[in-house]
Amino acid sequence: MSRKDFWPLLFITLGIAVFPIVAGGSEYSISLLVFLGINGLTTMGLSLLMGYAGQISLGHAAFYGIGAYSSGILTTKYSIHPLIAFLAGIFLSAIVAFLVGKPTLRLRGHYMAVATLGFGEILFILFNELSPLTGGPSGLSGIPALTFLGQPIEGSAYLYLVWAFVILVLIFSLNLINSRVGRALRAVHGSELAANAMGVDASRYKVQVFVVSAIYASMAGSLYAHFVTFISPSSFSLMFSILLLMMVVIGGTSTIWGSLLGAAVLTLLPEYLRAFEDFDVLVYGIILMVVLLFMPQGILEGLRGFMERKRGSQSKSHE
Amino acid sequence: MLRNFFVIMLVLGFLIPGFLPQASGAEKEPYPVGAVFSVTGGTSFLGEPERNTVKMIEEWVNAAGGIQGHPLKVIVEDTKSDEAQAVLTVRKLLERDKVLAIIGPSTTGESMAVVPIMEKAQTPLISCAAGLSIVTPKEELDHILSAKSFEMPKKQNKWIFKTAQTDTSAVEAIYDHMKKKGIIRIAILTVTVGFGDFGRQELKRAAAPYGISIVADERYGPKDSDMTAQLTKIKGTNAQAVVNWSVGPPQVIVTKNWQQLGMKIPLYQSHGFGSKRNIELAGGAAEGVLCPLGHVMMAEKLKADHPQKAVVMKYKTEYEKRFKTNVSGFGGYAYDALYLVADALKAVGPDKAKIRDYLETKVKNWPGVSGIFTLSSQDHTGLGKDAFEMIFVKNGDWAFAD
Amino acid sequence: MSRTGIGPSPIDFPTKMTFTSQLIQFLFTGLTLGSIYAMVALGFTMIYNATGIINLAQGEFVMLGGLVIVFFTMILKIPLPIGFALTVTLVTLVGALFERLAIQPLKNASVITLIIITLAGSILFRGLAMFLWGKDPYALPPFSGGNPWHFMGASLQPQIFWILVITVLVVCGTAFFFNRTLVGKAMTACAFNPLAARLVGIDVQRMVLLSFALSAAIGAIAGVIITPITLMDYERGPLLALKGFSAMVLGGLGSGAGSIIAGFIIGILESLGAGLISSGYKDAIALLVLLAVLWVKPSGLFGSAEASELKKF
Repeated sequence: MSRKDFWPLLFITLGIAVFPIVAGGSEYSISLLVFLGINGLTTMGLSLLMGYAGQISLGHAAFYGIGAYSSGILTTKYSIHPLIAFLAGIFLSAIVAFLVGKPTLRLRGHYMAVATLGFGEILFILFNELSPLTGGPSGLSGIPALTFLGQPIEGSAYLYLVWAFVILVLIFSLNLINSRVGRALRAVHGSELAANAMGVDASRYKVQVFVVSAIYASMAGSLYAHFVTFISPSSFSLMFSILLLMMVVIGGTSTIWGSLLGAAVLTLLPEYLRAFEDFDVLVYGIILMVVLLFMPQGILEGLRGFMERKRGSQSKSHE
Repeated sequence: MLRNFFVIMLVLGFLIPGFLPQASGAEKEPYPVGAVFSVTGGTSFLGEPERNTVKMIEEWVNAAGGIQGHPLKVIVEDTKSDEAQAVLTVRKLLERDKVLAIIGPSTTGESMAVVPIMEKAQTPLISCAAGLSIVTPKEELDHILSAKSFEMPKKQNKWIFKTAQTDTSAVEAIYDHMKKKGIIRIAILTVTVGFGDFGRQELKRAAAPYGISIVADERYGPKDSDMTAQLTKIKGTNAQAVVNWSVGPPQVIVTKNWQQLGMKIPLYQSHGFGSKRNIELAGGAAEGVLCPLGHVMMAEKLKADHPQKAVVMKYKTEYEKRFKTNVSGFGGYAYDALYLVADALKAVGPDKAKIRDYLETKVKNWPGVSGIFTLSSQDHTGLGKDAFEMIFVKNGDWAFAD
Repeated sequence: MSRTGIGPSPIDFPTKMTFTSQLIQFLFTGLTLGSIYAMVALGFTMIYNATGIINLAQGEFVMLGGLVIVFFTMILKIPLPIGFALTVTLVTLVGALFERLAIQPLKNASVITLIIITLAGSILFRGLAMFLWGKDPYALPPFSGGNPWHFMGASLQPQIFWILVITVLVVCGTAFFFNRTLVGKAMTACAFNPLAARLVGIDVQRMVLLSFALSAAIGAIAGVIITPITLMDYERGPLLALKGFSAMVLGGLGSGAGSIIAGFIIGILESLGAGLISSGYKDAIALLVLLAVLWVKPSGLFGSAEASELKKF
């Protein structure tokens, strides 16, 4: 990762470390930040796919679900150790992503979107229909909490766990972006034809990024399952895939930081809108539209542009 | 670049502080009770009447001087029909509002998500959802679900209660009626979300003990526009009746499709059908449809000496007067939950453990809107199949079925 | 028949429906649903052709069509034909307004941003509908009475025929518009090559506005004709949009005829899938067929490979 990424990374790490103290041990605030971390983990993967590889996925909730159900089913029905279940989820997601990605990623734009959408929907239907395994629409309950040396990981400990994942994955992603693979990705995004001409195997890289993003989502899903201890297919529907997409776009597709920002905004915003009761959907829609109209590149770019103009006008006034 | 850093700081700086706990004033006087309902989202047909009901009751109680002089403060939160939100709102109520008990959530899925939190926080939860799994510990539930004979659980979660009738009771009421009519082969049609799925499980579990065989098991999605295909398939079987288990618009669509197809076998609906609006929307197609209903829907037609008569009459008239809409059984779950808590508070004061003990031991033959409750350590639901009456639609209104 | 109001009598078992009758029933159900999917897909295609974006608020136009006509005919008691015309006009205006306020200002943004803004629009419309009409569903009486016609053992409502006839009229109308009128041909030109279109003097921005207005109109018509059978509530939009979008892709992006045919295909697949295979998996069946087609012919059934290359996304 480059130097400019160091300070925000440090800030986040320290911020999370002291958050429980700042929040006065509030389980509510901590839960909120846990959800934020989990969503951020998924959106980072999506951001790699969209921003750097230029591919769209409307079915990412499926990978999230695979992670959640792998952890859930293996730990409850087969009493398998959570860590193994976690790895099983990752493994399964990776395989599925590879099998789905290979044929899909040679499709263009909207076709790829629909293929991922179709895949996501089919998986949702499977979650619903394979009741003996998944519990069907009634869901799967009693997912055990994670333990470390016999103690359950709860509250602030879970916060640290989730964000440890987020930060490690963030570092990994930043390194990926600035590596040879990352540059190849950006070449592909810029122009597949040119990339191919320069010897970059576009489809191979696209599939790889797809698999990586699926793994991130799977990890997030497992962490979600052990946190809420109850999962049902409704959490893994198309609505959630679309919400993830919105997080990435609203935050900004140009950098991976944008996806974290988007996850933060769309996870925390509904909490603020509670006061509106029945109007909250309307206000939510209005806020989204306004943000997109004024900052079509996402909030990160939008605010950055705003600050740059301010800086520019300041220097002008000095002349 | 530090710019990234500043930008992120700026945004988070606005967002995070809103969620830090605020210092609470030393308010000892009011009794805070939390209420967690799905006021918006897919199951708002449950949450909205529940929210309306608790607001109404809060006013009644406080107008009558509160509970031993202490005002009742009901803090309502919206889960938007989402389990993660249920977790967040429950946590908020426990920590920031320091509630003595929580009423709701509206659905079984959301309830399941918050049961561990309530047990850990040792605070009573009175759910308004139907699932037996809410009050029954997992091992006990697995045991009775795989049992050869039809059993009810003997152990219950310590801090968890619920006021909605279980799907089991509704299914039993339907099967009792079918037995009387000599129906032995049925088709079931359920929606692929929690409510429908629980109904389906119970329909299948209770079938054999009642001598009923299910010859068709069809399903549909909650947002589907048309169920003719499923009903057509059923028409091709030798089913003697159709049981539909869903809530919201699909119930009406199924009813209309049933009539449009000219189906001659009777249609039974779940207790989710219990709203006059459904009859109106079906536009005449609902004539003859049967369903189990709680007594509040038949309030006027109950005999004067029925133990629930006074309670349901008052609730129905006041609700309809104030909210200008038909009363539904769902709001009744919240009514019962809140009044149970209020009674407990009156008897034992603001002590969570004492409230819990009161609920488990002192609630016997308590007439509520949803039925006559008798709670015990083996039964945190308190209602059986006699909380339901079999009703059918006659001339656009409810009538007792024989 | 046991619908006399005294509860069911001990059951005389009615004769089972024959397989042929069932097939006919499934077919008509499929055609009914298919018409709606076809019209939604047509709306999608028009906007896609003019702008390259997928309007994720398309389903909401259908929803608004259904709810607005309920307002006009049931609350204001305006006669159906006038209410129909008023509804379509009003929703068309909403579509045009949406384009002016949300799409036009962002004309230089990336396609994905535009798609997300239509998504935000969809949320907004739903919030508005929830605010104005609440969460309850609303019903509309069938256009010509509710007594089903019986045909070879199948029961067909008259409304089905209204739906099919009106769909055919809409399809013919749009075909005529695009092939025979100057404005329509201008829109088609924009679809092929906006730059060239601008060079010959076509106001591309106005074509975009027109595409939204027309899509809204078609969506509204679909909403009005389907409500007597399926009721309408504020959340009906997204599922319809999903089906319509799948139909558009199945038919081949940019092909109007393809979208319509694919819409009917999906409707029939769903109906037959639910009836003959499994009602739980019915949506999966249609999707699997879609994915299979895309795998074999990535540009859809009727799409051309070159046309899809020309699009920017």
